[in-house]
Amino acid sequence: MLRTFLHHRAASGSDCTKLCCTKIEDFTVRVGRLTIFEHINIHIHCGQLTALIGPNGAGKSTLLKAILGEVPHSGHLHYMDAKHKHTKPVIGYVPQYLRFDVSAPTSVFDLFQACLTQKPVWLFPAKRLRPRVRKNLERVHAADLIDRRLGALSGGELQRVLLALALDPMPDLLLLDEPVSGVDQNGLELFYEIVEDLRAKEDMAIILISHDLNMVARHADQVVLMNKGVICSGSPDEVFHDPKTIRLFGMIPEAVAHHADVSIDASTGAGNVKEGA
Amino acid sequence: MEAIYSLMDALLPFSWSSYTFMKNAFLAILLVTPLFGLLSTMVVSNRMAFFSDSLGHGAFTGIAIGVLLGSVSPLLSLVLFSVAFAVFITYIQNKSTASTDTIIGVFSATAIALGLMIMSHGGGFNKFSSYLIGDILSIVPGDLGALAAIAVLVIFAWAWLFNRLLVMSINPVFARSRGIRTFWVESIFASILAVVVSISIQWVGILIINALLVLPGASARNIANNVKQYTLFSVLIAVISGVTGLILAYYFSLAAGATIVVVSAVIFFITLGLKPYFAR
Repeated sequence: MLRTFLHHRAASGSDCTKLCCTKIEDFTVRVGRLTIFEHINIHIHCGQLTALIGPNGAGKSTLLKAILGEVPHSGHLHYMDAKHKHTKPVIGYVPQYLRFDVSAPTSVFDLFQACLTQKPVWLFPAKRLRPRVRKNLERVHAADLIDRRLGALSGGELQRVLLALALDPMPDLLLLDEPVSGVDQNGLELFYEIVEDLRAKEDMAIILISHDLNMVARHADQVVLMNKGVICSGSPDEVFHDPKTIRLFGMIPEAVAHHADVSIDASTGAGNVKEGA
Repeated sequence: MEAIYSLMDALLPFSWSSYTFMKNAFLAILLVTPLFGLLSTMVVSNRMAFFSDSLGHGAFTGIAIGVLLGSVSPLLSLVLFSVAFAVFITYIQNKSTASTDTIIGVFSATAIALGLMIMSHGGGFNKFSSYLIGDILSIVPGDLGALAAIAVLVIFAWAWLFNRLLVMSINPVFARSRGIRTFWVESIFASILAVVVSISIQWVGILIINALLVLPGASARNIANNVKQYTLFSVLIAVISGVTGLILAYYFSLAAGATIVVVSAVIFFITLGLKPYFAR
């Protein structure tokens, strides 16, 4: 709790609001002779939600894995904290929950204990950890799920539990890989609300892979359209009206384009500092 | 040893426990089955049933090399070979893009063939046949000391390894994003499995050793709702089937290893039936 508090103070202190940033410079991933993507440059500010969109096989998930250091890549990740010092960012990662094996009898609390402590889950009761886990889960409106089996959670619930897990320790950069399907509309709505809330409160940089252009238009500050490279990037409004986006996705639904207009109006009205990407 | 024997005489006034070889077998079961119960949980969760099966097959080559060299005991060469074999498979799995079952299939088949080839040299297969079925009644007090030492080591290693293995079983990429060095954790787990399998093979037998690494965990999964229950049930099921199997084998003069496995299998089917009443 203390750490969260300190982090919050540091991030929103007078000298450093929204000045820390993450630069992805010239990321390229090749597997054998196949190029997954090349020359990706993205610039992300704290307190910004960057949405990655693109067709299947565009290399979106691979880009997140390259940022994590999971996939061999060329290019550099620069992170500069609020005091303009180059540091190694704490990265939180929420994978697609569909890739999780939840068949084992593991409760939500077990998963937290396994991730947060060295005490073997099978041996120690770890009562003292419970308030901390509960607090983590409250952040994503999932406190009542603490003793449920992972396998008994719905897609949306599991996604929120994984998000809560990625937030302890509180990351500087949060990577979210949203699944293509399996979360109902209400669950999706709730998830985006939580992410939006985090961005504002914790002042962290968030990269989100999304397949729901509607949600992207409503919540993202920056949209990056990629297909084996960055095709175009900018505000939702710019990207959704770009002819290249329309060529890749076919017709952009009227509602999305409309939302893009609305959200851009709202954000300029609020006086957010935006830099062209 | 004498003190333990007289204590057992006082606690277990049955005809089967009056023989020294049965006392030794009973103690060995009490030492080794909890280990199988513990390891079984993560063998099942990490989908390593086929991998642990290949460790049994690799034992063919390990024993054969030991006999061929002559100067080292078959057990020592078996343990060393199994650990190397296990770590090597883990390494290739991490390097190669081929699917896990293909890689294990390749290594497992090669190890059997190589072992059979070496054993057949000179035409004497019979001296190896005891390894196929195993003989739990051949345990001597010296073996029990070694077993106890290994049991303590495994429990300490398990305390260190378990949380990491649990996270890995759920999603390896996620585990690595939280700073878990998955290759090392996997290799150490594989080595522990190799050691436990190779010391147990002479009593349980190559053909059925894998059942002891799969059935307790698979049964416990059916009725457990969290990790503590999972571990507890798995260990209990392993110990109960071990003791029951040994006693049944004595009274009906059956192969003890096989009887233990059949008892575990019966427990598995019972838990499968009970699943709807337990799973939340």
